[in-house]
Amino acid sequence: MSNQHNRRNFLKIVGAGGVATTAALYTPFAIGGASKKVVIIGGGMGGATAAKYIRMMDKSVDVTLISADANYYTGFASNEVISGERSLTSITFSYAGLRKRGVKVIIDTAADINAQARTVKLASGTSISYDRLIVAPGIDFKFDDIEGYDARVANEKIPHAWVAGSQTKMLHNQLRSMKNGGTVVLSAPPNPFRCPPGPYERVSQMALYLKHNKPKSKIIVLDSKDKFSKFGLFTNGWKKHYGYGTDNSMIEWIPAYKGGRIEGVDADAMTVTAEFDDFKADVINIIPAQKAGKIAFTAGLVNDSGWCPIQGNTFESTIHKNIHVIGDASIASPLPKSGYAANSEAKVCAAAIVALLNSDKIPDPSFVNTCYSVIAPGNGISVAMVYAYKNGKIVKVKGSGGLTPDEQFDKKLRAREVEYGYTWFHNITQDAFG
Amino acid sequence: MRQRKIIKSILISSGLFSLILTGQALATPTSQALSYTCAGCHGTNGASNGSAIPSLAGLSKDYLVEAMEAYKKDERSPTIMNRIAKGYSTKEFELMGDFFSNQPVHQNSGQKYDSAKAKAGKKLHKKYCSSCHSEGGTITDDEAGLLAGNAALFMEYSLIDFHDGSRDMPRKMKKKIKKMLKRDKDAFDKLVHYYSKGE
Ligand SMILES: Cc1cc2nc3c(=O)[nH]c(=O)nc-3n(C[C@H](O)[C@H](O)[C@H](O)COP(=O)(O)OP(=O)(O)OC[C@H]3O[C@@H](n4cnc5c(N)ncnc54)[C@H](O)[C@@H]3O)c2cc1C
Ligand code: HEC
Ligand code: HEC
Repeated sequence: MSNQHNRRNFLKIVGAGGVATTAALYTPFAIGGASKKVVIIGGGMGGATAAKYIRMMDKSVDVTLISADANYYTGFASNEVISGERSLTSITFSYAGLRKRGVKVIIDTAADINAQARTVKLASGTSISYDRLIVAPGIDFKFDDIEGYDARVANEKIPHAWVAGSQTKMLHNQLRSMKNGGTVVLSAPPNPFRCPPGPYERVSQMALYLKHNKPKSKIIVLDSKDKFSKFGLFTNGWKKHYGYGTDNSMIEWIPAYKGGRIEGVDADAMTVTAEFDDFKADVINIIPAQKAGKIAFTAGLVNDSGWCPIQGNTFESTIHKNIHVIGDASIASPLPKSGYAANSEAKVCAAAIVALLNSDKIPDPSFVNTCYSVIAPGNGISVAMVYAYKNGKIVKVKGSGGLTPDEQFDKKLRAREVEYGYTWFHNITQDAFG
Repeated sequence: MRQRKIIKSILISSGLFSLILTGQALATPTSQALSYTCAGCHGTNGASNGSAIPSLAGLSKDYLVEAMEAYKKDERSPTIMNRIAKGYSTKEFELMGDFFSNQPVHQNSGQKYDSAKAKAGKKLHKKYCSSCHSEGGTITDDEAGLLAGNAALFMEYSLIDFHDGSRDMPRKMKKKIKKMLKRDKDAFDKLVHYYSKGE
């Protein structure tokens, strides 16, 4: 195809698409005209990626990011901070990279949204207007489901550590000061929740620490489910490394049907009350049931499920126009609530918003999800899937994806998956914050 | 030539590229939408700064499409790319190839290496490999991947896989490797240090 030919075709198509498209394509900077102001609430995996990619796709868009904290701690890899395999600093990211890309970053909390007036009210009192708003607040916890547990207890004594940061460090310190022969009780949440393999990766990492440092200790997993993500891979890994299934197992997993669902916790007595039994522990880690971040409730973006319904090609809320919800807070199933999914959703949402602001056609989206977990040194596993958008719905692409093979243990490839997981961590955090 | 590149890049960034190339409605995602999903592992626009997952930025279109087709057939000894490649059609591979071949070649300059070994590796490369992998393997039009400056562990894994037969290599390359290892059994290690250093 010759150059001329290319160009002529191009003009023809643009012509059909309308004047606005032509202007948008030939002048990368807005020349007056329609305002293009995007505000983003939450500078986590979803929000940061969206901010960066909107700026990459169209520099004429004015992007403001509101983040509750000056630093972001990634949830992913935080289980390795708990086991002491990496430092908290290594999972800490600032917004310097986004600022360099021309994103206006405000460190404050969004207190409310006025969908009619298109304004966001900040805790400090300031009001900011938007043409399009992205809400990416992550998760909040259903503390009420567990008697004796609330945000204060979590901060002071019994961490959930399901939002990374100070509680991650606290849980690590608690493991370190526990006696050899102590008991750790971990309660895993019901579906749907952030990072389905996460609790079991955490159990693996805790077991790794204890095996090396306090080998007489035990981990009791009280689960609100009867099965979990990467079930075979994890339980086989636990057999291989931590004696799972033997009398000497470091890990005991109690599914819901055997009384794994917990009802309450006594922080003073350090006991957990499950359906059939009470468990006394030296360290307790409760991962409560979850719901969308608070601002999604304040702004009326959630349905009865406690999560935000969206359109799968734009992530625009089906409740409020001009507001898009991405990441864990959104209902994007079959995409799971994961960092990779949030990153992928953010790009689809960014492309849709750029198209909408420029009166272009909304592109057909494509998604990927991946999750790496390290069971033990040299034993990395992953899950992956490709997703498309068909007939108004996000769907898995048939034949794609799946788990690391487990029929036989492939030492060479398992060791590589650990290394690939490290590169993934590096590249995905740079993709969002760099 | 230059103008063509600019127009091409405008088209790509506007997501209209596929529309023009195929003359069809956007039944498949754009080249940009498809390629953006790879960045979480391969780096923004395919520029990887990790030590294991390779860069895609600047790979030639044919090379990328062939690699994806091979992964789709469970070839090349992959850990995860086979599971990912099975999610796409050949046409979608071509769209990804359009995107990544238009990115500048990226070398990861942040990798650790031993200077003496890197120097020895460069010599070995010149002698045995540069006929097909010119300028340290940074000329991606050679259709033989990116070597110098690419993720060092991926280079090491590839060499191991070529050697133990779990990944196919061109017959002539096999001959050169055999010859090289006969003279220097530590050649792979030296080459990997050279590729870590980059050109
Ligand atoms: C232990 C653990 C392990 C994990 N492992 C993996 C993994 O291996 N792979 C993977 O893909 N995912 C993993 N995840 C999941 C991943 O961390 C989340 O899915 C991802 O962070 C979701 O992104 P998000 O943008 O929706 O939310 P977040 O990343 O949580 O970001 C939300 C941000 O919004 C801010 N915020 C909330 N409300 C407001 C407000 N009103 N005003 C201003 N700011 C606000 C919050 O402070 C936060 O910074 C893991 C999670 C955990 C906890
Ligand atoms: C989950 C992480 C992950 C994602 C997502 C991913 N890749 Fe990969 N890619 C890898 C890994 C790891 C390898 C090394 C081979 C292996 O072990 O599977 C690789 C290798 C490759 C190679 C071989 C490069 C060479 O020089 O030989 C190509 C090409 C490639 N990927 C293309 C893509 C494209 C295109 C996408 C997006 C559609 C993509 N990858 C998405 C992890 C990923
Ligand atoms: C006859 C030409 C030829 C010679 C000589 C040759 N190669 Fe290659 N090499 C190729 C081709 C072609 C490919 C791509 C093969 C494929 O995609 O499966 C390749 C691929 C590779 C790769 C994998 C790149 C990637 O990103 O996946 C490595 C590593 C490599 N060669 C190293 C070497 C080394 C080291 C030497 C010298 C000892 C060498 N090659 C000599 C042709 C050659």
